[in-house]
Amino acid sequence: MGNDGKTPMLDDLEKGAWPSFVKEIKVAAKKSNTAKDLLGILERSYRDKVTHWKHGGIVGVLGYGGGVIGRYCDLPEEFPGVAHFHTVRVNPPSGFFYTSKALKELCDIWDKYGSGMTNMHGSTGDMIWLGTQTDKLEPIFAEITAKGWDLGGSGSCLRTPSSCVGMARCEFANIDTMDICHTLTHKFQDELHRPAFPYKFKIKVSGCANDCTAAVARADMSIIGTWRDSIRIDQAEVKNYSSKMNIQEEIVGMCPTKCMSFDGGALKINDKDCNRCMHCINQMPKALRPGKERGATIMLGGKAPIVTGALMSWVIVPFMKLEAPYDNLEDLIRKLWEWWDEHGKNRERIGELVDRMGMRSMLESTGLPPVPQMVKAPRTNPYVFWAPGEVK
Amino acid sequence: MADKPKRITDLGSPDYKKFLPPAIAKNYGKWKYHEQLGKGVMKHVSETGDELYTVRIATPRLVSTDYIREMCDIAEKFCGGFLRWTTRHNVEFFPAKDQVDALTADLKKRGHLVGGIGYGISNVVHTQGWIHCHTPATDASGVVKAVMDELHEYFTTKSLPARVRIALACCLNMCGAVHCSDIAILGIHRLPPKVNEATLANQCEIPTTIASCPTGAISPNPATKSVKIKAERCMYCGNCYTMCPSLPIADGSGDGISIYVGGKVSNARGPARMSKLVIPFLPNNPPRWPETVKAVKHLVEVYAANAKKHERMGEWIERIGWERFFKLTGIPFTYQHIDDFTFARDTFRMTPTFKWE
Ligand code: HEM
Ligand code: HEM
Ligand code: SF4
Ligand code: SF4
Ligand code: SF4
Ligand code: SF4
Repeated sequence: MGNDGKTPMLDDLEKGAWPSFVKEIKVAAKKSNTAKDLLGILERSYRDKVTHWKHGGIVGVLGYGGGVIGRYCDLPEEFPGVAHFHTVRVNPPSGFFYTSKALKELCDIWDKYGSGMTNMHGSTGDMIWLGTQTDKLEPIFAEITAKGWDLGGSGSCLRTPSSCVGMARCEFANIDTMDICHTLTHKFQDELHRPAFPYKFKIKVSGCANDCTAAVARADMSIIGTWRDSIRIDQAEVKNYSSKMNIQEEIVGMCPTKCMSFDGGALKINDKDCNRCMHCINQMPKALRPGKERGATIMLGGKAPIVTGALMSWVIVPFMKLEAPYDNLEDLIRKLWEWWDEHGKNRERIGELVDRMGMRSMLESTGLPPVPQMVKAPRTNPYVFWAPGEVK
Repeated sequence: MADKPKRITDLGSPDYKKFLPPAIAKNYGKWKYHEQLGKGVMKHVSETGDELYTVRIATPRLVSTDYIREMCDIAEKFCGGFLRWTTRHNVEFFPAKDQVDALTADLKKRGHLVGGIGYGISNVVHTQGWIHCHTPATDASGVVKAVMDELHEYFTTKSLPARVRIALACCLNMCGAVHCSDIAILGIHRLPPKVNEATLANQCEIPTTIASCPTGAISPNPATKSVKIKAERCMYCGNCYTMCPSLPIADGSGDGISIYVGGKVSNARGPARMSKLVIPFLPNNPPRWPETVKAVKHLVEVYAANAKKHERMGEWIERIGWERFFKLTGIPFTYQHIDDFTFARDTFRMTPTFKWE
């Protein structure tokens, strides 16, 4: 079964309403043999029902420990164009806003050195350029840096931080997510490019509890905006909404803390009982707005299943004011890394380390006080540890 | 090489402020409210009174440079060359009010799907699959394409009781971190890695290979200078293969897809939660994965017919109870549904209070 250049299975995926990645590879294949062989080897995977990529070796650019994923195929004779098929991660601007001029310059660079295929974007948020060879990496790096771009993270390092659109276009944002993301990326360039952690560390910033970046699920540190004072209400707009929706049923009735009431005229919120879940604000953005005393909840430990099971981030700071230059946040992150560096085993995420060592070790070394917001409930088991000196 | 530019490093992300459309730069942090104008258009209104229009389309995520150039051309024609990608692989344009209809018409004429806003199905977050990775148990782009060819109307026109977020990861590593999605499509292996004794000693460091296994299934095999895998301990995570290329885990008939439902990341009405297993295995059947497409469509339709407005899939299931969910969907409940890993006991029910039909 040689490489006959035919791709009947993939051709079928050109049909249908949803945009087709096969069409895209074919467009790129007109200019690039790498893209052409990508199509061929992918068709082979469709036939064999297994991948034809091999584990990557270490490749990269001088002075960086990450930013490139090495990849080789297991059928190099048949598909020489993808014998080497490394990907390059390019750090995007916060919020993924672009100008056409900047993007076209990047496209020109990528067409010159690679397959012309990209992921916009990878799950961490980097622009991902798929398919180039080792000897092209330095020239790519030189050309993107000349235009003001840099590589993102890979390996046991800080991965490229990402944020929701926040204040740029969302009235719910309690913190300047894009600026926080940008500032942290710049404060931690060394940690991003030169892997020195036990394992990867991800930071995601969402402006409110809707968590559009899925920070709680996808980041070791999840920064989620919230407020502490009262929801701002525009009663006239409440009235307008009351002709479009059933406020009693859809808003008051679905409020998880049962802190609202509506008498047909005015909407009342007992803000002491509101837990700032965003439901009512999502449904009536014209009438309800978050309060003015804004900040963020800092959570730690989210990750996918490898190795001991998936974790969602949990609270370590219920409320932190976040204003430029965010030194308080930087300070906390550096302390957490120090603790993780000291105790973490190879390939142990920070959340797993808290699991192994307990919250107390982490809290003591970062100076964070224990507070009830950290737990769903205090412990039920009586196996309580006391530190030397606590028993007098 | 005299023409070689000077080596620059550690630039970090370019300054986002350079890329903001003027209306956004001017009203940054001043947005007051928004309105949804159909499935693919929204309007944001600022405290200054300015208005911003956003038009959203779906992309296949895996795109050519020519696709990006087309997006740029559209942005140049309708909105000063400014555009943005969303966290779910959609593209957004920011036309002036009087350009919204012309832009939407132009996008549709070019064959793009305008939508993805509000209660329906937005783009599917997914991973690399057979396009680029070494550990996938299924493809990513192909499964997404097949599923969304069937469900695209929930992106463009049809509504659902609430948002339904679909995500796909092609192995347990879950680069797409799908574990908090309304519907998570997850590639799984079902056979332990095969030990390639001929190459292992050369390619792998035995102690790190053994240490890489979370369940302690790997032990040394001094006779062959290789390792042994205790099959009954292996949960097919592929961790060892990432450390050691002589332990390939992919298998044409062993590999396939599992489906988890009911997760979410938003805290609205209740905290974020993880997705739960409902279909333990569906075969890999490229190019269209008909079993997976049918299963996802069925889950969406049963949910649409039964959930209350604003109720996410997980909230609906919690209200009706899992026994009724399995009855309504007709999905069989099996040994695989009962957790037997680290957090198993948290998932057992400890009350004799049931809703009987
Ligand atoms: C032990 C666990 C993991 C391993 C061994 C692993 C391995 C890999 C590998 C080999 C790739 C390269 C795929 C390619 O060839 O392009 C990759 C890509 C990626 N991984 Fe992971 N991964 C792990 C966990 C995660 C987790 C938990 C996340 C996110 C929460 C993640 C996010 C990503 C992202 C964003 C990419 C870029 C490709 C994409 O977006 O599809 N990975 N990972
Ligand atoms: C009506 C209230 C909401 C507004 C105004 C809103 C606004 C937004 C905005 C501006 C984005 C683009 C953000 C980005 O890509 O960085 C976004 C994306 C997203 N939102 Fe929300 N959001 C709302 C409610 C929610 C809720 C309740 C959820 C979850 C239950 C949610 C989940 C998401 C997700 C997953 C994305 C990524 C979607 C995509 O890029 O297509 N949002 N939302
Ligand atoms: S997380 Fe909140 S602030 Fe950020 S885009 Fe989503 S709704 Fe807006
Ligand atoms: S934010 Fe949530 S808890 Fe607070 S009033 Fe609104 S619905 Fe109730
Ligand atoms: S989910 Fe698994 S198979 Fe898919 S890209 Fe990530 S590591 Fe590779
Ligand atoms: S696949 Fe995972 S569980 Fe199985 S032997 Fe390898 S590391 Fe261990």
